[in-house]
Amino acid sequence: MDPKRIKMTGKAISVRGNDVDTDRIIPARYLKCVTFDGLGEHAFEDDRAQLREMGQTHPLDDSRFAEAEILFVNKNFGCGSSREHAPQALMRWGLGIKAIVGESFAEIFFGNCVALGIPCCVVDEATMDELMRENESDARTSFVVDIETREVKGNRRSYPVTIPAGVRQQFIDGRWDMTAELLAARERISATASSLPYFGGWKYTRYG
Amino acid sequence: MGKNLYEKVFDLHTVQQLPSGNYQVLMGLHLIHEVTSPQAFAMLRERGLDVMHPERTFATVDHIIPTHSQGRPLADPVAEKMMQHVEKNAADFGVTYLGPQTGDQGIVHIVGPEKGLTQPGMTICCGDSHTATHGAFGALAFGIGTSQVFDVLATQTLTLSKLKVRRIEVNGKLSPGVYSKDVILYIIEKLGVKGGVGYAYEFAGEVFEHFSMEDRMTACNMAIEGGARCGYVNPDQITYDYMRGRRYAPKDKCWNKALDYWESVKSDADALYDDCVVFRGEDIEPVVTWGITPGQSTSINGTIPRKADFPGHEQTLIQEAYDYMGFEPGQPIRGTKIDVAFIGSCTNGRISDFESVVELMRGGSFKVAPHVRALVVPGSQAVKAEMIRRGYDQVFSDAGFEFREAGCSMCLAMNPDKLQGREISASSSNRNFKGRQGSPTGRTLLMSPVMVAAAAIEGEVTDARELFSID
Repeated sequence: MDPKRIKMTGKAISVRGNDVDTDRIIPARYLKCVTFDGLGEHAFEDDRAQLREMGQTHPLDDSRFAEAEILFVNKNFGCGSSREHAPQALMRWGLGIKAIVGESFAEIFFGNCVALGIPCCVVDEATMDELMRENESDARTSFVVDIETREVKGNRRSYPVTIPAGVRQQFIDGRWDMTAELLAARERISATASSLPYFGGWKYTRYG
Repeated sequence: MGKNLYEKVFDLHTVQQLPSGNYQVLMGLHLIHEVTSPQAFAMLRERGLDVMHPERTFATVDHIIPTHSQGRPLADPVAEKMMQHVEKNAADFGVTYLGPQTGDQGIVHIVGPEKGLTQPGMTICCGDSHTATHGAFGALAFGIGTSQVFDVLATQTLTLSKLKVRRIEVNGKLSPGVYSKDVILYIIEKLGVKGGVGYAYEFAGEVFEHFSMEDRMTACNMAIEGGARCGYVNPDQITYDYMRGRRYAPKDKCWNKALDYWESVKSDADALYDDCVVFRGEDIEPVVTWGITPGQSTSINGTIPRKADFPGHEQTLIQEAYDYMGFEPGQPIRGTKIDVAFIGSCTNGRISDFESVVELMRGGSFKVAPHVRALVVPGSQAVKAEMIRRGYDQVFSDAGFEFREAGCSMCLAMNPDKLQGREISASSSNRNFKGRQGSPTGRTLLMSPVMVAAAAIEGEVTDARELFSID
């Protein structure tokens, strides 16, 4: 797959609420695994079950949104545990979430998404309200998250999004998988290491 | 112009600025546990890479290990498989494994400091958000995801953006019966669970200056619950006294060299900060959470707040918290009946946490209320051994607490210790998220270990200061 993440087009799904933590995105019992395979079906499992019991339907269980590839969220999405299993589950749910637009993101979650090639873009509260309404009123609406022009477009209009400049460039260039780039600096890594008194000087020698 | 510790340590460890504008930062210590590492080792094998600095990489098991018995094979086959993966990965890649058979096993954030691995002026990372704990030593410590665990294994470096720094001063003195846990819950309630996003928290002021290392760890541990990627306290004599003689701490000639380095990374007196907040220690009372985020709390004699007291965009979450917890606004938190009491976790599973409770219970005829299941779970095998040496196991058992093996236990329900149904737990852990303690409908009230013990004894949330006559 082309690693460039410039323009993501697809239907959307809105998961409302501030401070949605990663325990809710993927409950801890599914972290008992040695691969990320199969996590998708357990995304938001407990939230879904609770709504079902109350006779309501979680968006992930609403067949209208079954083909969604873009996720709309509110504030501080992905807070709490650092588990990468959360974005891993979202990218394995249904067709796979390819971009997330929200009012703000918890930092570790945001970083995990970058490492997996999932752009997280930020809009203000009023914009998110409009986007969610547009999505919920007609699930067939296709949205475009354009990293290059920094906008998200629905049927009605387009809205500006923000994304840190460096991260934006990584997605445009397709350089979000950082390992090769980090590894290429091998010599500089050892230079930095030997400049640190503890790295070079006192080593982890087991005493006693 | 002076610099703060965050800037100094970040700059010293910066390998290069990347084309993206982010920084490649060298990690001085990489801690590993069984949950977030197997996929990272699989990626190493896939790409034919080695661990670049196995001598700076240490593994243990904490999340999945049962606390009633550590006997192998583990009853849960998936847990057993995860144990085997850690063992094999450590052996194959030359990583030191602090497993149960060594007597060094425990929660990764308890083991690191207790073995002297965690040191001032260091960068530390672990695939676990509570890595912030290690900031108590004046280290920059980050929780990371599994892809980044792979990056660090392969390159000993991490891609990081620069954070802003907020200095949080707590001045004055804490009242008797108020602990570090209350201080950090109070700070999170005041600044919000999103308040720290984009920041590192520098904890300072007279209260932090007088805190023991373990108190500092409790507070830094929960920086992440306030949204801050990391939290730290500048190192001082208390830090150095704690470190001296620990297994992996510098020794002999290296000690003085280390001291020079540690002193050099402290925030300068004229350091600049992006933000500064000041609290008074005297204003803090024992805190209990009532909701589904660590920011939803009240003092022990307070009531569940009204929705109208919060800004509009927060009100949905407040309503969600009332519904989930079964609480009404205006209801006092005191008197809430509990089913389970849990003392342990990377927040409050250290020797001083148990000491604070035992000192109050010893000599009294305190018994856990008949309807309460009470667990005391040491954070590490070393903590457990020390508790036994001091006779704490007996004190707890006599009072009706179950004394367990070391592990994460009921903090996160990846092992057999779980809430059932809608049980309410008084817990010394760090998260009261929906379903966090293992039942999708289970409810968590976060508080200090002393407050948990008091709740266990009374069978309901109570003011520990009255029960134990603390003044």
